[in-house]
Amino acid sequence: MNAMAKIISGWLCTGLLMIGGIDVSAARSQTEVLDENQAPGRTMAQQATKERQIWITADHSRHEILQKEFTSGPEVTKACLSCHELAAGQFHKTIHWTWLDPNVPPGERIGKAGHSINNFCINLSGNEPRCTSCHAGYGWRDGSFNFKDEAAVDCLVCHEQTGTYKKFPTGAGHPVQEPTIFAENNQTYNPPDWNLVAQSVGRPTRANCGTCHFYGGGDDGVKHGDLDSSLAKPNKMLDVHMGLDGQDFDCVRCHTTTLHNIAGRTYATPAATHRKSLIEDDLAAKIMCESCHSTTPHKPGVKANDHTDKVACQSCHIPEFARVNATKMYWDWSTAGNKKDGKPYKENGPHGKPTYDTKKGDFRWEKDVQPAYFWFNGSINAITARDPIDPSQPVDINWPVGSRSDQNARIFPFKVHEGRQPYDKINKTLLIPKLFGPKGSGAYWAEYDWKKALENGMQAAGLSFSGEYDFAETRYIFPITHMVAPKEKAVTCIECHSPNGRLAALTDFYMPGRDSFRAINIIGWVLVLGTLVGVTFHGLGRAIVRGRKED
Amino acid sequence: MSGQKMVNTYLYTRYERFWHWLQTVLILILLLTGFEVDGLYSLLGYKTASEVHNFVGLAWLIAFAFFVFWLLTTGEWKQYVPTTKKMFAVIHYYMLGIFRGDPHPVPKRKEAKHNPLQRIAYLSVAAFLLPIQMTSGFLYWSYNSWAAWGLDWLSLPVIAAIHILGAFGVLSFLIGHVYMTTTGHTIFAHIRAMITGWEEIQEGVELEDWEKRRRQGSPACEPQSPLA
Repeated sequence: MNAMAKIISGWLCTGLLMIGGIDVSAARSQTEVLDENQAPGRTMAQQATKERQIWITADHSRHEILQKEFTSGPEVTKACLSCHELAAGQFHKTIHWTWLDPNVPPGERIGKAGHSINNFCINLSGNEPRCTSCHAGYGWRDGSFNFKDEAAVDCLVCHEQTGTYKKFPTGAGHPVQEPTIFAENNQTYNPPDWNLVAQSVGRPTRANCGTCHFYGGGDDGVKHGDLDSSLAKPNKMLDVHMGLDGQDFDCVRCHTTTLHNIAGRTYATPAATHRKSLIEDDLAAKIMCESCHSTTPHKPGVKANDHTDKVACQSCHIPEFARVNATKMYWDWSTAGNKKDGKPYKENGPHGKPTYDTKKGDFRWEKDVQPAYFWFNGSINAITARDPIDPSQPVDINWPVGSRSDQNARIFPFKVHEGRQPYDKINKTLLIPKLFGPKGSGAYWAEYDWKKALENGMQAAGLSFSGEYDFAETRYIFPITHMVAPKEKAVTCIECHSPNGRLAALTDFYMPGRDSFRAINIIGWVLVLGTLVGVTFHGLGRAIVRGRKED
Repeated sequence: MSGQKMVNTYLYTRYERFWHWLQTVLILILLLTGFEVDGLYSLLGYKTASEVHNFVGLAWLIAFAFFVFWLLTTGEWKQYVPTTKKMFAVIHYYMLGIFRGDPHPVPKRKEAKHNPLQRIAYLSVAAFLLPIQMTSGFLYWSYNSWAAWGLDWLSLPVIAAIHILGAFGVLSFLIGHVYMTTTGHTIFAHIRAMITGWEEIQEGVELEDWEKRRRQGSPACEPQSPLA
């Protein structure tokens, strides 16, 4: 408000004298001078990245213990723990290890390893060896996995820097012992050179995080829409912070980490509850835009500064997601199981992505997707496979928490992934299928029998299944927060301030340019047109009378 | 006209004319950009329209304060004091007399520039409609500070509705006002007066006491030297 007052007083002096040319650019050029007023957090971040110092005082290739012969991951982990003795204990407490929401009692089973579901591959239960290829651990084959085993932690997947370390897709987190071809993608997976990868360790880079997070849902860009392999080496256009031609941020630059706890949202727990800048707390997690940019990130006097109390930065600064690679927007399980000549098949469509897969059903992929916008206070609630649903209408599996009256809520962009997936017609719950497994295990991808797959999946999850199933329409949302575009590409005012704009669906508040008052417009135009008609007739009358007199 | 002798008289001072035309420009820009922000059409683009609207609105608010100062210090405010005297005569004139070529019942004089109808119209506009526009506009603009100012009981849609209704009122006034300028002894006589300050008015019309800007005995405000 102070800066605003300064500018207004500036206007006062010049503005009054300007009768003909009201010049808005005058105000703009004035604020140009104030550029040094950019958020101090931003300046700090720029200084920190300009001359990158490596705060490393150890050369792991010289450590004798990493030069001995290794034959498996757990052996490497034991070597790591011989120096970093607290690391596994720290990691065991994090969601990356437990796959359960750390902020609710474990009994509630919220998380991938619990009863939480999505409308992709639905749930982990019974499918472990496939899904846990993305677990930072070794050997999570089934429910009997020992979560207390320190040697089962996979240090390498997050820390190795050669890029050669690959966990086998169905190996329950283990790399292969012999070169092996994965039939699904026809790629050969090689056993790692254990000494090379162990000696390469460092802080996690985009490639480390991306190993799993770019491929959530089983392939590139399936799940998030704002996280896919295009972010491994992005340019500034795709992500203004991560761009190699710009600031070259790694993930952990914002997802700051203490004791292996990585900043970010976990289910209903927001990534941060305070929008503190580094000036207020220099050790705060840098997970919020406000951490570096403050709550008034634009130049003084710019209207967008007034919007930050209700509109998330992401809403304007991520105009579209999936800007390089397509993302999956729709997945219909109900059409799975069709075969050609008795054999499963795949059909490819636009963007080089499959539109049909016997194993999975129909898909729709989209690129350059405009987000949906909802009120969001950082918390996402969800149903589990235990909660009742109403299959007569689309089921929201998860939804953003927040409303206009919630001080912490902002209008936030989301990807909405729609689908059709099995539910229990009697129990009215969503169902967990066993998808992955050998023939005879009841796995859908081996036998294409839904009933068997659902029985086995629900049994593995410890939940009941009536035996009668059908397919329900569902929706699953992802907050969009990556792929921040350069400011020139930000969403413009009119894209929301217009009747059919981006915010047309958020109808619980008045917005200029979008909303109008019907009654007032009618009264107004009657008044204006009435005056116009009145003076027209009065004038015509005078003209006629004068004409007669002159005759 | 009734053949009375007309004399060229200096009616409007330099500041008065400057204010009139400044306000004209400001109001026209405000109407143009305001209706664009309201979504009626697309001309400057929403962003530019809203920025110009905010800027001009604040400029108007400040300039209006100078006008109020001028009104108070010069005593010109008395020209706006409403009266019912001859009001019906004036209404009758515009409804009938003007078509018959009757003389205006309350012709302009230096000391009484406004007839009773103008007084009530200008007072309504200057003391009621425009302040409502300025107040609602300022509140609209300061929306983000409402909580800090203890005004969070206000409702943005209500403020917006008042502001938009007011804008229709201003537009309607503008149409009537522009038309009325053509009702002088020539079509452009009134407009010329508001540009040059000089208007031809009927000679020798006695001021009635109620019309006078100043009481008998107090010195009249001397006009500045004519421009032309």
